[in-house]
Amino acid sequence: MRNTRRKLFYFLGAIPIVYLLVFYTLPLGIIFEKAFEGFQTLLQTSGLLQKLGRPLAFTLYQAGLSVILTVLVGFPIAYLFSHFQFKGKKLFQAAVTLPFILPTVVVAAALNSLIGPGGWLNLALMQVFDLTSPPIQIMNSLEIILLAHIFYNTSIFVRVVGAAWAQLETEQEQAARTLGAGAWQRFWFITLPLLKQSILSAVLMVFLFDFTSFGVILMLGGPSFSTLEVEIYLQTTQMLNLPLAGLLSVIQMGITFFISWFILRDSHTGMVTFLPDIKNERMQKAANGKQITLLVLLLAFIFLFFVLPELSLFFRSFTLVEADGTFRFTLDFYKELFHNVHGSLFYISPFTALKNSLTYALITTLIAGLLGIIAAYGLLNTQKSKLLRALVLLPLGTSSVTLGLGFLLAFPRLSFFQKYPQILIPIAHTLVALPVVINTLYPAFASIPANLRAAAGNLGASPLKVLQKIDLPLIRNSLLVGALYAFILSLGEFGATSFLTRPEYPTMPTAIYRYLSLPGSLNYGQAMAMSCILLTLCTFSMLLIERFMLKDKRS
Amino acid sequence: MKKPCLSVRKIHKDYEKNPLLDGISFDLHEDETFCLLGPSGSGKSTLLRVIAGLEKADAGSILWRGKDISGIPVEKRNFGLMFQDYALFPHMTVAENIAFGPRMRGWSKAAIQKRVEQTLQIVRMEKFSDRRVLELSGGEKQRVALARTIAPEPELIMLDEPLGALDKTLRDELGQVLHEILNELHIPTIYVTHDQEEAFTVANTIAVLNFGNILQMGTPEEIYNTPASLWIASFLGFSNQLSGSIKQVDPLLIASDVGDFSLPESEHISMKKGGDVTLVIKPDMMQVASKKDGSNLIQGKVKDSQFRGDGYRLSISTKNDGTLHFRDTMRREIGQPITLEISPAMLLVYPGNHA
Repeated sequence: MRNTRRKLFYFLGAIPIVYLLVFYTLPLGIIFEKAFEGFQTLLQTSGLLQKLGRPLAFTLYQAGLSVILTVLVGFPIAYLFSHFQFKGKKLFQAAVTLPFILPTVVVAAALNSLIGPGGWLNLALMQVFDLTSPPIQIMNSLEIILLAHIFYNTSIFVRVVGAAWAQLETEQEQAARTLGAGAWQRFWFITLPLLKQSILSAVLMVFLFDFTSFGVILMLGGPSFSTLEVEIYLQTTQMLNLPLAGLLSVIQMGITFFISWFILRDSHTGMVTFLPDIKNERMQKAANGKQITLLVLLLAFIFLFFVLPELSLFFRSFTLVEADGTFRFTLDFYKELFHNVHGSLFYISPFTALKNSLTYALITTLIAGLLGIIAAYGLLNTQKSKLLRALVLLPLGTSSVTLGLGFLLAFPRLSFFQKYPQILIPIAHTLVALPVVINTLYPAFASIPANLRAAAGNLGASPLKVLQKIDLPLIRNSLLVGALYAFILSLGEFGATSFLTRPEYPTMPTAIYRYLSLPGSLNYGQAMAMSCILLTLCTFSMLLIERFMLKDKRS
Repeated sequence: MKKPCLSVRKIHKDYEKNPLLDGISFDLHEDETFCLLGPSGSGKSTLLRVIAGLEKADAGSILWRGKDISGIPVEKRNFGLMFQDYALFPHMTVAENIAFGPRMRGWSKAAIQKRVEQTLQIVRMEKFSDRRVLELSGGEKQRVALARTIAPEPELIMLDEPLGALDKTLRDELGQVLHEILNELHIPTIYVTHDQEEAFTVANTIAVLNFGNILQMGTPEEIYNTPASLWIASFLGFSNQLSGSIKQVDPLLIASDVGDFSLPESEHISMKKGGDVTLVIKPDMMQVASKKDGSNLIQGKVKDSQFRGDGYRLSISTKNDGTLHFRDTMRREIGQPITLEISPAMLLVYPGNHA
């Protein structure tokens, strides 16, 4: 009796490993195979080095620039949040955090609605100065890519560095003062060295996200900017040059694994906390004129940079702009989403996209949640957990485009997936979500004193019963947080989905992408409306995540 | 009398509308080790932080050699402050921690090097120079913190519960070392502690602090021999307390449940016959009574007799079911009846009935 239960326990523990082997290792292996298969022929193609070198160089270039700018923007904000208490602080923190979980398509739509050719800013300028063409031409430029990356990743820097900054003992700084150190000396010799570790890991994470950025480059950068990700996508879907796409993927994987390895090595627990909370009991109120000026300026910047794009998107989804530049309130774009009229060949049913996305997200949440529980609990009970943890988290460092390519190469030829091709989408989404779910659950499991389990075992509970009666009730909030993450990651996933989706099974992000690339104010409006729905879902999820995290901290 | 180097004048500081420091004044002289003794929450650490410049007083002034220093920022005061949990810089070695102060003051490399060696020698830590501070034990950290505090040759040293984070054995050992070092340094020192034994060991002058006020100031002997109030006597650990009333004023005779007690001097209290008082008996060396009746006798039974290394601790239960403690020279049989004779020097009288 005992023995069979134990076997069942180990059998369950094997499920996440098998899942990763089949749906992660296998597709990546096939990419390698494809890349090496075509390597000989590729070598003979003229300008191969250029074909590889140009996207690689641009990827590194834009990622490096983005990181530098993100650090510059993030540093003062991290200082603000880790040192000052002020009214509405929670809202401003949420405003900086929200972009991090927004789908790329939503960010693209939001920026488009604000500074795009038909965006509010251009409309206003054209109206005021009586111009015939939009004066701000920032779409399809390096600037907008950088803007979007700062918009996205400042949150990571602020949270990671801010949390560490708030934890720094003020006494060490005070000790430095009594020893004669002035403000800059204290910053240079005490604060900065003590923050070094967290700055480094924040920079690596931001770099990783900028390096693997796909949707932003594709939608905002336009055809002239090709990163490794975009190049893989283009080579696969348009050039049908699978060996070249494979080779690019191999390069991409090598670099992302290298960065991920550094991130994992440096974090003490081997776990990357995505959004650590900034908490400090010794927060001060802005007291003198200098501090108040700094506070007001930073808050104004946060509003303009992190809030205005979302607001702009929101209002745009309710506004019909006429050809003469006048505009009026409308609900048409939302009504249109639920009208199932077939028109052109390019017609995408918005309602279907909504339904599909929600279905995929729910399935993803379920699979990633179950696998996450088993994997996190299993990690806790294995000796070699450090290595295993690194393995389980590997998909985190894998770009979704590479994942999508791997899936495309590995599975659609199997008859099962030919019959039900849409199943591949939640399977791929699960791979994207699983590391995040494990990241959320593992620390929660680890925080339960081992004595509790030992006591339950001593009272006669089997490992499964212990999990059911002791662990799961105690980590309930973390489980909800993990589930919400899985849900919104799936809702917004664009990279892998763009490989796997078929016109007849659109998701919200792929639909928005299509709407944005099609002409006409109805398409534009529908892109805005659908983005706005995604935005709302993400905002609510984030608020719930924050709430559950807070509850967990209290208990 | 010599001029003081530091004068603290009527310092007030509120914390959340409650007075934390309520008009504190004292002088500190060259070569003096001044101890602020008080329970936690008495405001002693806050006072240190105000003198260091880390916190601003709401009212009052601090004079250093006659000049008001309230406008001078912390880093320009050249006062050394050793924090209770040491606040060592975790990213630096022992030597780097100690070198920090001289470095900030722009000393030459050679001078810094020399000073680091010198201070390491003073705290007897020469071999630890290149160790990381995170690898040190509590006692080692304490000594590095002291070395770091004195390295930039501060004009005043402030120590905030310097032995507070250590266990008992280490406390006794390092308390001795600290005392020797402070004697060698000849730098005026303010020492904050809640432990009276520590204060007695280290200080030239003790100020007993509570409720944001200095309740009594004097030499360790003065404080121990004549605590100014019952609260101070209790704080010093004098737990043998009896309630009584004044039977006779001159010479003073006090009646209690345990018996009558006569005291030679009564200048510090002016009380009337019949007034309620609290009698405190210091837990000093007991004496077995040589007479059978009269005043200053306590009859009781041995309740406990514990070996304490340097002597014994005797507990007796008195006839009113109270328990009194004294030092003793030998182990006694429990339950044995005993009569003690209390020397008038062991007696303190305070007005009011609090026991």
